[in-house]
Amino acid sequence: MTAHWEHFPHEADVGVRGIGATPEQAFEQAALAMTAVIADPATITPTQAVAIEAEAPDMELLLVDWLNALVYEMATRKLLFSRFEVHIDGQVLRGRAWGEPADAAKHQPAVEVKGATYTALRVAQNPDGEWVAQCVVDV
Amino acid sequence: MDLSLFTRKSEYEWEIAPHGAMRVPAVIYASEQLIRDMDQKVYEQACNVAQLPGIVKASYAMPDAHWGYGFPIGGVAAFDPDEGGVISAGGVGYDVSCGVRCLHTGLTPDDILPVQKALADNLYRKIPAGVGSTGAIRLSHDEMDAMLTGGARWAVAQGYGTAADLERIEEHGQMQHAKPADVSERAKKRQRDEMGTLGSGNHYLEVQKVAQIHDARIAAAFGLRENDVVVSIHCGSRGLGHQIGTEFLKKMAIAAGGYGIQLPDRELACAPINSDVGQEYLGAMRAAINCALANRQILTHLTREAFAQIVPKTRLSLLYDVSHNTCKVEEHAVDGKPRKLYVHRKGATRAFGPGHPDIPEALRAAGQPVLIGGSMGTASYVLAGTKESETHAFSSACHGAGRAMSRHQAFKTWKGRQVIDELAARGILIKSPSSRGVAEEAPGAYKDVSAVVNAADRAGLARTVARLEPLICIKG
Repeated sequence: MTAHWEHFPHEADVGVRGIGATPEQAFEQAALAMTAVIADPATITPTQAVAIEAEAPDMELLLVDWLNALVYEMATRKLLFSRFEVHIDGQVLRGRAWGEPADAAKHQPAVEVKGATYTALRVAQNPDGEWVAQCVVDV
Repeated sequence: MDLSLFTRKSEYEWEIAPHGAMRVPAVIYASEQLIRDMDQKVYEQACNVAQLPGIVKASYAMPDAHWGYGFPIGGVAAFDPDEGGVISAGGVGYDVSCGVRCLHTGLTPDDILPVQKALADNLYRKIPAGVGSTGAIRLSHDEMDAMLTGGARWAVAQGYGTAADLERIEEHGQMQHAKPADVSERAKKRQRDEMGTLGSGNHYLEVQKVAQIHDARIAAAFGLRENDVVVSIHCGSRGLGHQIGTEFLKKMAIAAGGYGIQLPDRELACAPINSDVGQEYLGAMRAAINCALANRQILTHLTREAFAQIVPKTRLSLLYDVSHNTCKVEEHAVDGKPRKLYVHRKGATRAFGPGHPDIPEALRAAGQPVLIGGSMGTASYVLAGTKESETHAFSSACHGAGRAMSRHQAFKTWKGRQVIDELAARGILIKSPSSRGVAEEAPGAYKDVSAVVNAADRAGLARTVARLEPLICIKG
């Protein structure tokens, strides 16, 4: 199985879902799915890296924290990200995101993400062994 | 939804009797057709809210209700602090104090149409809109705190607008008891360059014409005549509000257990009003309300500048400014007794009836203006609060059309260029930095706002006053 991402429908907003062989891969893919809500990830060149840390008492809250940390970095640094790396150790996530400054002409961003939510929030291993990390993001 | 889940109390009122852990009933105001088309999640979420401690009378949903975060969007619920009542970040939403402001222009379409393109271009140049856009204002740490305390009143003192504007804003433009110290540094940093920006998604600035008057007496009191041109601005508290929503949702989700609150859904995260976390959220949320009021005030100033350059001597005066994502302390009669309640409105507009002391004097006899946003191609509405509304959902009404189709589906169905061309053929000019954003916000992706407004009117939540149709839309 190759790690991948998808969107799922929510009435007003968008669901993001990452799928991978490990929780880390699923988290990385969920981040890519969130980027795709904003713009086409293929248009974003990963030229600069930002270190991200998140901490939460369980894996589901950790997913939301990870995505919200990315929302914060995008908003304050005016960046868009297209490559992610995640390491999870207990309640602590250490990661990196690579991207470039948002450019309306180049990236044609459709909408900004206000925050990742607890709606349809799930981090779990399916019976076939693959990990799924998902939630709805508010736009 | 399945109609058999409800007891039909009247043609537009549908009740769900308390069952399971529900402390009170849930009530949805809608036509039969709107109820049939409504997402099953509204039922579940309205029932979940009815389980929260200290809820008074019922958990309500407006005719435009749809699937939200813990609370349905279009949800209204009031809590009594003396009965263990709670405050919920999800019950306010991520975009704290998102709302609509409407301005008179004193112009008619005959004044606008010859300069429609130049005006659209100038508004688009002046109003920062879309992902990553920044405003011209940079606030120091102290200025940020002054803005979070002063709201639109602070903005007017900085030269953005006039004192006359303040009387036409809820809370007279300044939410009391805001505590900038309860707003995190991260939230403040996120707002640093976002003052005076429109945002993206469903936020917009529209130049509109009054297409139809439904209630001549109230319209006259509001200063609205058929064929008048008005400006409507829909936006909220930008990055600061989003960050506060995000941070307190987590804080409340972790703290709820310690307060002995069993959450039917994590997103319903809440804390007792009389608790440290509850009070901290109130202080921060009120600061975010001020941020939204200041933001809409600055956008008003930019709009006035844009008009002045194209149509000199135009005077833009405020009709009213409403917020539809809030929690406010209000006095309401419950079983004949006045009680101070914390009223959450998530995607719902306050709709005080005639005579209420919080309505500006010039409008008081007519009732509070209720401003309903539409989509780019359809209509917006002005309604007025009614006496009757107090007996329903704590003087609340709907806030907009609500989506009928997901963003993904809309993007697959329409192209941005096609939407812009079709609307141009109907005389509506769209300006937006994002073609994909326009496609995702295509008018066809929204429900029929007229059906929602009609249901609110027939249910007695508010009275329809005027229908507004767009001439220019600046889309984030």
